[in-house]
Amino acid sequence: MAHEATLPATLAASSRPVRSATTESHLARLTLIAVSLLFVALFILAPLVLVFAEALRNGTGEFLAALTDSDTLSSIRLTLLVAAISVPLNVVFGIAASWAIAKFEFKGKAFLTTLIDLPFSVSPVVSGLIFVLLFSSHSLLGPWLQSHGIKILFAVPGIVLATVFITFPFVARELIPLMQEQGTADEEAALSLGASGWQTFWYVTLPNIRWGLLYGVLLCNARAMGEFGAVSVVSGHIRGVTNTMPLQVEILYNEYSFVAAFAVAALLALLALVTLVVKSLLEFRYSAQIAASRRH
Amino acid sequence: MRRFRLSRYLTLALLATSIQFGGLGFAYADQTILNVSYDPTRELYKDFNAAFSAKWKADNGETVTIKTSHGGSGKQARSVIDGLDADVVTLALEADIDAIAKETGKIPADWKGRLKNNSAPYTSTIVFLVRKGNPKGVKDWDDLVRDDIQVITPNPKTSGGARWNFLAAWAYGRAANNGDDAKALDYVTKLFKHVPVLDTGARGATTTFVQRGLGDVLLAWENEAYLSLLELGPDSFDIVTPSISIKAEPPVALVDGNVDAKGTRKVAEAYLDYLYSDEGQKIAAKHFYRPFRPEVADPKDIQRFTDVKLVTIDDFGGWKEAQPKYFGDGGVFDQLYKPGQ
Repeated sequence: MAHEATLPATLAASSRPVRSATTESHLARLTLIAVSLLFVALFILAPLVLVFAEALRNGTGEFLAALTDSDTLSSIRLTLLVAAISVPLNVVFGIAASWAIAKFEFKGKAFLTTLIDLPFSVSPVVSGLIFVLLFSSHSLLGPWLQSHGIKILFAVPGIVLATVFITFPFVARELIPLMQEQGTADEEAALSLGASGWQTFWYVTLPNIRWGLLYGVLLCNARAMGEFGAVSVVSGHIRGVTNTMPLQVEILYNEYSFVAAFAVAALLALLALVTLVVKSLLEFRYSAQIAASRRH
Repeated sequence: MRRFRLSRYLTLALLATSIQFGGLGFAYADQTILNVSYDPTRELYKDFNAAFSAKWKADNGETVTIKTSHGGSGKQARSVIDGLDADVVTLALEADIDAIAKETGKIPADWKGRLKNNSAPYTSTIVFLVRKGNPKGVKDWDDLVRDDIQVITPNPKTSGGARWNFLAAWAYGRAANNGDDAKALDYVTKLFKHVPVLDTGARGATTTFVQRGLGDVLLAWENEAYLSLLELGPDSFDIVTPSISIKAEPPVALVDGNVDAKGTRKVAEAYLDYLYSDEGQKIAAKHFYRPFRPEVADPKDIQRFTDVKLVTIDDFGGWKEAQPKYFGDGGVFDQLYKPGQ
């Protein structure tokens, strides 16, 4: 503990001898724990439990019936499809971008780093509207696309594009600090020993970043499945065709199908929970390796 | 060689995913048409689409799939303008179809005269939804400005339904004061002092009234009011039909530009015509819309509609005049509604 040593000697001397200067009193500790537990229970756990309670209010039969409705099934399929396309794309983009930023020196690097954060700082509605501006019938591209029979807006490609845009920073943001911290020494060693670029990446860089990468992928996936705003703008809300799960939840809720709405919401929450559980399990299983790669 | 193999595998994998998934939802064997509609028509068109598909199959031997999209009327019009390739639009307001016609040229400007009854196969009106047993004894518009009454209605600036509410109230103000518009303004101003919250859309207002339990009276479309009774149980609310209201005409139109590009004109035209058929009118009445030809609908369905004196939008000079005058920036509504007063 580095900061322990920097404590002023006067402060250490003035504390009572019963406990050391770096530990809180019993009361303070208990209060802090109680406050954070209460907060988590009230603001995170309770709503989650309520979603599941509401979904199962009329029994599992109705819950399952709601999930096997054909429009809902199609929304589940679409959500999984969108995640299956946008997560791999963002893994590739994310690794490339963080590699460029962490391992190379070039002009405009700071600008690129800022740009990567853009999807985080821009409201999702704006992100959606960007694609409407790009691909709508009045845009520059629109008429050309239309005459070639290519559908992007109000179709699956538009939804995928919007999701890729929104989820882009997740992988890159995880990897950039990690790669910067690790520096370029390992790669330089590999290259000097005659490894090719791909070999260096495959055998040296990738193993070093895999935990950060995994975390980024999980976050990226959770958001790709859960994105509402941007997707809502570009979807067109065609039932059974362009509604993702979050959109389906809203539609069902507005149509007084409360149980069905909460059933889909519960499934969506469940997918997110599975993601988190997988992450925790992996962290638990490989905690030693993770610690090693962080220290690296 | 490792480099080559790797990138090739990656390409192959991506290709495989895109082929496997990309075809989903697009591979329609027979004809598919898209009906872009507004919020409360979901149940209506679910029934109607099934009936039309069956009819088309029987007559022509072809399978037709009808996809629908529902949302706020103005938002839906915007999507069609931006390129959502609707074959037919069935919206809440004439002005929304006018906007599509004007912005895209995909609908001719004279669309309204192409189908019977100003292209409105069914109509609706504005009624009051009150709590079960009508505890505050609300009977007509004058009760809404009593001290103990709170009224829920969405914002006429953003909601099509709310504009009908506003004009219906105005119609009462006029009728009660021998056509004096100044006194009608007084009445409507007073009425909006009894509105605690303005939601942006009709469904939002319904949720405020029904779920959050705010207010004593909800001004609602007749079809929405009956639908919420059906969905939420008749033991929680009652419908009160006032002495006078407005005839709301949700219009339908063929999007010529899109059907010609897709080659679906014949089936899309038949779809709209079918709305006017005996069967189509029956389905509309079943879903609480007042059919254009009530005589062909089930008399039991028609009985549910209370006779009410109805004014029309023409009494306000048509939408082209009423929209900017009452709801435009700095219009009548902007002047009379000051939040918090």
